[in-house]
Amino acid sequence: MILWLTVALLIAAVLLCLYRVARGPSLPDRVVGLDLLSSVTVGFIAVYAVISGEIIYIDVATVLALIAFLGTVAFAYFIEKGGMPWRKT
Amino acid sequence: MTSLILRTMVRLLLPLLLMFSVFLLLRGHNEPGGGFVGGLMAATGFALVSIAFGSTTARQVLRIDPLFLIGVGLLLALSSGLVTLWLNQPFLTGIWYKLSLGTFGKLELGTPLLFDIGVYLTVWGVTLTIIFALEEVG
Repeated sequence: MILWLTVALLIAAVLLCLYRVARGPSLPDRVVGLDLLSSVTVGFIAVYAVISGEIIYIDVATVLALIAFLGTVAFAYFIEKGGMPWRKT
Repeated sequence: MTSLILRTMVRLLLPLLLMFSVFLLLRGHNEPGGGFVGGLMAATGFALVSIAFGSTTARQVLRIDPLFLIGVGLLLALSSGLVTLWLNQPFLTGIWYKLSLGTFGKLELGTPLLFDIGVYLTVWGVTLTIIFALEEVG
């Protein structure tokens, strides 16, 4: 029961993240939305590992948590380098 | 980028990523994982170093040329197949040698492990070559 409540809350978090990614007034807002989305995905995998009883999925969550950091850092690097040069405001 | 927070985090994350990549490599025979994923994770660590400190520093931290890693990896993968030819068996046959470690159980060494290490080094080298090239051209 509590597991399905967690899943429902995580789905709500994903929807909120997607709203921020789609709506976000500036590029950094969208990047932060994507970063939070990957963290929520780590939560999803952890909950699914508990539901299905497969220990292996915990390692998948670990790998994703380590890799997601690289994605956000790369986004920040390219924003610092010039962002979206075709859309200068 | 010259952010102090990022540089501190990368110093902490690089050993963690390398350790986990070796863990994935060694576990790959029986459970999810393997040389390919391990190589990608090892390359990820050096990609972080290259973003935080620049590709020149990342090359110094790596100490060896990524192209050399590709060569050694391919050579290891090929030699894992050639060992079996020397024993009059078909190319790439898996040969296992069970090493007894007393109380720690058994350690299974074999040519598939050698092949996986070759894949690991090749993927690591290829990914780092691409990442460094992108960093240095752009």
